[in-house]
Amino acid sequence: MKKQKKQKSHKFDFTVIIIFTIFALYSFIADYAPGIDIVQNNFWSFLKEMIFALPIMFILVGLFDVWVSKEKVQKHIGEASGIKGILLVLLLGFMQAGPLYAAFPVAYILWKKGTSPINIFIYLSSTSIAKIPMLTFEIGFLGLDFSLLRILISIPIFIIISIIIGKYFDRHGYKIKDI
Amino acid sequence: MILVIILTIILTAISFIFDKQKTLKGIKKGIMMFVKILPTLLSVIILVSIVLYFTTDEFLIKYLGEKAGIGAYVFAAITGAVSIIPGFISYPLAGILVQTGVSYSVISVFITTLKMVGVLTIPLEAKFFGYKIAILRNSLAFLGAILVGSIMALIYTYF
Repeated sequence: MKKQKKQKSHKFDFTVIIIFTIFALYSFIADYAPGIDIVQNNFWSFLKEMIFALPIMFILVGLFDVWVSKEKVQKHIGEASGIKGILLVLLLGFMQAGPLYAAFPVAYILWKKGTSPINIFIYLSSTSIAKIPMLTFEIGFLGLDFSLLRILISIPIFIIISIIIGKYFDRHGYKIKDI
Repeated sequence: MILVIILTIILTAISFIFDKQKTLKGIKKGIMMFVKILPTLLSVIILVSIVLYFTTDEFLIKYLGEKAGIGAYVFAAITGAVSIIPGFISYPLAGILVQTGVSYSVISVFITTLKMVGVLTIPLEAKFFGYKIAILRNSLAFLGAILVGSIMALIYTYF
């Protein structure tokens, strides 16, 4: 049943991919400008980012899986890790680079190693609130005041949101799935 | 990003020196995960590329700038939630928007929903978390982003 469901969802993916491939080919053959723009500028830049960023994230996740013990993760960012655990996952999120979807496999491995759900959602939040590698960019274009204010207001709000989702996740016995 | 690549190479090398078998197992695990998620990932970036085509700078300036007040906030929240724009594009864009007269609080709603809410990446998120949690997380993040923007607006208006 589960396997069938998986195949079904990939069917949608392949449909999108095939239609898009035809669309891209048509655009180039017929010199359809919006199509060429979508393929050359948007799709290509995302593809580049994805092809570089994601395999690396996944290799790091794989290495983390074989080297870091569950006990260690559980002790530092598990159920009983408290404020220290929250600070650690916040820091982990801030240090990460790449888009939000690159953080999902990390979330999965953290979960597998015994990180508490609340800390996982805090990690996902913090990685989207601020990334240290991107911070200089934001400050450059929008100013230090704006960045500081945005980050300082976001952190408490998103910690509360993460606690709500984490508690809900726990209470209903959800799991983060191995894909 | 280059830093992450270098770090990965160094870590992999160190790991390899310590334990060849373990390292290969880890890399294989990682790559398998990547291959399994690839079709979903591709279809997501295809959809994102198409949406991004319609959210041009002119389009954003028109709807975020002129309609001050609630309309701009709603529009900022929705466009931010639907589109995915990498940081190296979105910050310069936000800089342009501010220069054309879009307020900082509208920008903060836009930036926050842009980063925290990914309507188009929900299928990807659901692969890991399931649809219920993915939708719940995105909805709460959407509300959170509006709250962040509202507080920013209050601060910018009164201080």
